[in-house]
Amino acid sequence: MSDTNTTAPEGNGTACCGCKKFSSAAEAKFAELDAFIETLGLDPADERRRGRLIQILHRAQHIFGYLPREVQQHVAEKMAIPESAVSGVVSFYNYFTTKPKGKHVINVCLGTACYVKGSEGVLRELERVLGIEADTNPTPDGLFSLGSLRCVGACGLAPVMLVDDKVYGKITPAAAVKVVNEIKAKEAQA
Amino acid sequence: MNQIKTKADLMAAYEAAKGKLALRLAAGSIDSKKKDIVCCGGTGCHASNSQELMANLREEIKKAGLENDVRVIQSGCFGFCAQGPIVKIMPDNVFYVQVTPEDAKEIVEKHVVGHEVVERLLYVEPTLKEKIHDYAKMPFYAKQERIALRNCGLIEAENLEEYIANEGYQGLAKALTEMKPMDVVQEVLDSGICGRGGAGFPTGLKWKIAAGVKADEKYIVCNADEGDPGAFMDRSIMEGDPSSVVEAMAIGAYAIGAQKGLVYIRAEYPLAVSRLQMAIDQARACGLLGKNILGTDFCFDIEIKLGAGAFVCGEETALIHSMEGQRGEPTTKPPFPANIGGGYWGCSTNVNNVETYASIPVIMRKGAAWYSKIGNWVTERDENGHWVKTVSGNAGTKVFALAGQVNNVGLVEVPMGTTLREIIYEIGGGISGGREFKAVQTGGPSGGCITKENLDTPIDYGSLMKIGSMMGSGGMIVLSDKDCMPAMAKFYLGFTKDESCGKCTPCRIGTRRMLEMLEKICDGKGTEEMLVELEDLANTIRDTALCGLGQTAPNPILSTLRYFKDEYIAHVRDKKCPAGTCTKLFKLTITDKCKGCTKCARNCPVGAITGKIKERHVIDQQKCIKCGACIDNCPFKAIVKE
Repeated sequence: MSDTNTTAPEGNGTACCGCKKFSSAAEAKFAELDAFIETLGLDPADERRRGRLIQILHRAQHIFGYLPREVQQHVAEKMAIPESAVSGVVSFYNYFTTKPKGKHVINVCLGTACYVKGSEGVLRELERVLGIEADTNPTPDGLFSLGSLRCVGACGLAPVMLVDDKVYGKITPAAAVKVVNEIKAKEAQA
Repeated sequence: MNQIKTKADLMAAYEAAKGKLALRLAAGSIDSKKKDIVCCGGTGCHASNSQELMANLREEIKKAGLENDVRVIQSGCFGFCAQGPIVKIMPDNVFYVQVTPEDAKEIVEKHVVGHEVVERLLYVEPTLKEKIHDYAKMPFYAKQERIALRNCGLIEAENLEEYIANEGYQGLAKALTEMKPMDVVQEVLDSGICGRGGAGFPTGLKWKIAAGVKADEKYIVCNADEGDPGAFMDRSIMEGDPSSVVEAMAIGAYAIGAQKGLVYIRAEYPLAVSRLQMAIDQARACGLLGKNILGTDFCFDIEIKLGAGAFVCGEETALIHSMEGQRGEPTTKPPFPANIGGGYWGCSTNVNNVETYASIPVIMRKGAAWYSKIGNWVTERDENGHWVKTVSGNAGTKVFALAGQVNNVGLVEVPMGTTLREIIYEIGGGISGGREFKAVQTGGPSGGCITKENLDTPIDYGSLMKIGSMMGSGGMIVLSDKDCMPAMAKFYLGFTKDESCGKCTPCRIGTRRMLEMLEKICDGKGTEEMLVELEDLANTIRDTALCGLGQTAPNPILSTLRYFKDEYIAHVRDKKCPAGTCTKLFKLTITDKCKGCTKCARNCPVGAITGKIKERHVIDQQKCIKCGACIDNCPFKAIVKE
């Protein structure tokens, strides 16, 4: 499943032996995560506290955008569980990522309904146009990440592409490239 | 909403709310001044701008000064997703398809104010090429029997009052006030309903086992980890009728003696998560969840647990591990989740699927006798060769997600025993683009394909197993002559290889080896011996893998090998792909039909086509990516695959 290589959160400065000298931006993020964990009222003596792990990781990924090793360590510490347990869960589930994403995340559905309607061609075309492989690093300018996913349940609109949270139905390779170019143009103006 | 503390309170709330649905349940005429405009608010239609459409409709109605007579209702999914966004106007019974936000003005001015149908937005029946004026006459709906989907497209999805208006929570009230837990179990057992998640285990029996375990702490779980790519009935139910899941879980909890419910739901379904949370909060606020429900001793509450994207978590032991914050790996059964030591934190746990739950409130309300008569038969040949109807033991309805090369893509709910032909050709409107039917794939990555010869097979758990496929969660992908079967098998193996949790060797390594062989076959590097090897390996994995994922992973291979051996032979012996989809096995060339119009060169995404105007063009095979854009654009059919 996902790779365990990690990168430090942006603008962190150096995170050394756990003494955590993070930038104020990163500190604010950790504080937000801590505030959330606080609301759960975890009891270190209760073995069932671990049942909250996936919920906490969802929130952490929402805050940080991805789950680098520092964040995993932090969660492990806060929950008083081994870091290996956190890492094991992060690497198991597709939804969690240890790599930063581009500003705009493009996902092409490779579920069966989309596949038989030609979504693979859409993905290949986007790989070619963006010059990156799906499910790897973002474009060098950091503008786009490209990924594939298995079914968002919008099979009636197959093939489907998601850009950030917007669903584009009945997409063709040419239409997908058009969407990318529109975003590029908008970003260039901004 | 008022507190609902007793059954009398519930009935009072029902009487008060009933009128809300009057327009939608009645058949009236277009001249009616009062109207309900029902718009689909499911994920599919949201993606096609249905929210903007609803806002525009409300605005136009306000402009026309009709706020008191005409309401805009955001319902759940109508199931007719490919034609979305859908707008249904009641009591007129007019059904508009592919409505854009810009159409709002015309709908209000012409239809609502002028009492005249907007012809251009009507649905055109693909086989008859006729515009359908009356919703009830649409072939897509005529053959359906909507029980699990009863409220989808009818009630306002986010409104508990509307759920109660359609007799919601009366099933729970009946169970709590008139029946003992064992009676509830017996009722479900007698109804004949089986697990709609795919395995088809009798739900009543599952409840009976869980109810028989003596323990102080028990859990009831809803499996909403709909992982089969291509199936979306669970999502639609949670988005369109979330309260039915809440009510059913309460009924189940009462039957087995659980105090707490958990819903394990995919994080990829944000809308379903929020609607379900809303339904839970609303039920809790008025006392339908919590302590002493409906004035009885029964206490129950529900919590949502988010998944994180792992297909294997649809397996119940893996699901339970995931809810405990672990890697979602399955364990061998026994112990079963219902056993002490086998469930959530070692407690006795009962797991059912969303669609199963959605039917439970109706079974409670109308009784097992009513439900067990639906679809509980198959047509078979007797020893004299005559067609006879026999009891199949599979009662009720099943929802299918019809997708692929079929005209009417969407969700359909049919009685068991309906044939594949009826679903594909009558409800589905036949194969799209005038192509020829090749096969239908059921059961997703665990299932198999069914060919033309078996189209008259009645749909029930046993009949599908007999022909090498399975019911599964209800994905139904229609394939035409342009779909390559070895490539389909490769697609499914790519999926199971990615989703194998890695715990047992046959699945972890076996799925990868099978995928590699299929890749070679599709690339024209396969041999006939490889086919034998592949089948042998597939059988071994089926017999030795730990859980359902691995055991069923070879099914797409075994079933395509059984029915489409000739296609495999063509790939390995002749190095040809009969469907023309395996890109390594053909090249595109321009014939002398070419008039030199340059259209292909302009549309080639990689600039592989060159040639002078009015002269025959050529394709540079080194550059060509075989995307087929040139074929689609050539007005003279001068480009061929060979």
